[in-house]
Amino acid sequence: MTYSTRSLALLATAALALSACASKPDPVAEPVPVVQRPAPAPVADPGPRVITPAAPVTAEPGRPVPGSIDDFAYTVGGDPRVYFAYDQYTLSPEARDTLRRQAEWLKRYGNYTAVVEGHADERGTRQYNIALGARRANSVQSFLVSQGVNPSRLTTVSYGKERPVDPRSNEEGWARNRNGHTNLRPLGES
Amino acid sequence: MIRLLSLFLALFGLCLPLAASAQIEVDITQGNVDPVPIAVPDFLGDDPETRELGAQIAGVIRDNLESSAVFRALDPASFLETQTDIDYEPTFADWRVIRADALVSGRVVRDSPGRVRVEFRLWDVFAGQQLEGIRFSTTAANWRRTAHKSADAIYKALTGEEGYFDSRIVFVDQRGPKVNREKRLAIMDQDGHDPQYLLGGSDLVVSPQFDPGSQTIVFMSYETLPPQVYMLDIETGRRELLGSFPGMTFAPRFSPSGDALVMSMEQRGNIDIYRMDLQTRSTERLTTDPGIDVSASYSPDGRRIVFQSDRGGPPQLYTMNADGSSPKRISFGDGRYNQPVWSPRGDKIAFVRQNRGKFSIGVMDPDGSNERILTDDYLLDMPSWSPNGRIILFTKETRGRDARAELWSVDLTGRNLKRVDTPGQATDPAWSPLLD
Repeated sequence: MTYSTRSLALLATAALALSACASKPDPVAEPVPVVQRPAPAPVADPGPRVITPAAPVTAEPGRPVPGSIDDFAYTVGGDPRVYFAYDQYTLSPEARDTLRRQAEWLKRYGNYTAVVEGHADERGTRQYNIALGARRANSVQSFLVSQGVNPSRLTTVSYGKERPVDPRSNEEGWARNRNGHTNLRPLGES
Repeated sequence: MIRLLSLFLALFGLCLPLAASAQIEVDITQGNVDPVPIAVPDFLGDDPETRELGAQIAGVIRDNLESSAVFRALDPASFLETQTDIDYEPTFADWRVIRADALVSGRVVRDSPGRVRVEFRLWDVFAGQQLEGIRFSTTAANWRRTAHKSADAIYKALTGEEGYFDSRIVFVDQRGPKVNREKRLAIMDQDGHDPQYLLGGSDLVVSPQFDPGSQTIVFMSYETLPPQVYMLDIETGRRELLGSFPGMTFAPRFSPSGDALVMSMEQRGNIDIYRMDLQTRSTERLTTDPGIDVSASYSPDGRRIVFQSDRGGPPQLYTMNADGSSPKRISFGDGRYNQPVWSPRGDKIAFVRQNRGKFSIGVMDPDGSNERILTDDYLLDMPSWSPNGRIILFTKETRGRDARAELWSVDLTGRNLKRVDTPGQATDPAWSPLLD
């Protein structure tokens, strides 16, 4: 063993189960470096794309607090994601409508930044899909900027096919996994 | 983790050059349908401890040779002769009767405290002559690597090509449900033994690749945003961020000499291939078109690079000179061509082809000719060559909600397709060079 003690993160820690036994090894306490992470992609997706048009501003039961992160998704149509065709990164008219609403909201509530995440479905090689996700994220970011959102509030990241929201391997599942996700975070959080 | 134990080897006794009269000729270029029958009795020992080591060593040698499908290890229960001293010629007739083409007889001898000598002789049963004789001096604890090195020597003596048994595989260990995967870099011996995690933490890591000349890897990690390429020396544990670029860097791969790497970098949605000099850390842009240029891989002489690009429509394979000049499309079949990897022998390029809803692992010559599909399935990815360029490891993922990711291997001829045992689900295999 020639590991330096410095590299906590690098210690070969828990040995994996050695044999073909099915049980997973127990969790092993280990030092883990403190790293600023992006907010994880939501595990539970808001569900099918139910379009709830933005309602007039009146007291409305069930409506999120205006200006909250939940309100963002609610206002832009129920879903902070826009969707792409297979192997495409151009924005559909529907996606443009959604992004216009996103841009309006972002301009109204300046106390947020956003990480625009690009995602791909599983039907591609890992590295190509990371590239494709980057193009999708860039399409979304560019459109938001064209609608007047300050570019300094937007960063992009591609997750390729690494962070699917739908586990199904069918047309519906793939369609939901091909998206650009405007992931808000309160100003001051990186 | 790496057993930095001296492992001396020496040719010993009776060692004759591989004479022209040798009877065994193993051709591994055609995919032999009939594996060569080989007898590997447990190595001899003078006491219970050395006998136990001898049995373990012979067992690993048998497993290695058998796993190649080039050899068939005969059942020790069928052996007629029980040798008591490997310095005498075996009774060849007894081995011919059980149809052994080759015989490996070895012994373990106690050396200074904690150390042993492991010796073996490889016999051509039909010619009645020794093909190889080797002595290793090592610690008793290092018996497993001694067995791998012995199997490599046997493989080389009988096929004329370098072996690959004393090598390891880095991969991405995968846990959790499909919509919430946890991934960690891990390493194990080539035969699946001794798996260990390489990094703590749970940052997403993608596509590790080995320096062909050392135990150093590069990979992409989401530890930082945008994600970037990192380098990790497996023996020292030293990890290094290879530059903080404004756009993500990914799909890294070492040059054959290990002094540079190629990788893709994103700038405003455009993805091009860059070369990074690892001494100066300077980068040089190699492609300039507006398409996605990704998954670059050097030829073993370092003069050419193969990569995939969608500059002409769906992704296809291209080669170019190492400075980016003279790009040339080499794939022309139906479907999409991805993830090319130049063989360490230089004679083939492995790739992933998508066509008609399936993924295939295939090989072609560097000029694009002689394309051959080796295997296909719902989702295949990340081909990685064995150090001798004879076997391709890859990722296979099943479809649906309960999709599983596994490592599989297939040889260059499309034979010997099989799953590689891993502790859990696994993706992104990277085969190390032979250990020292």
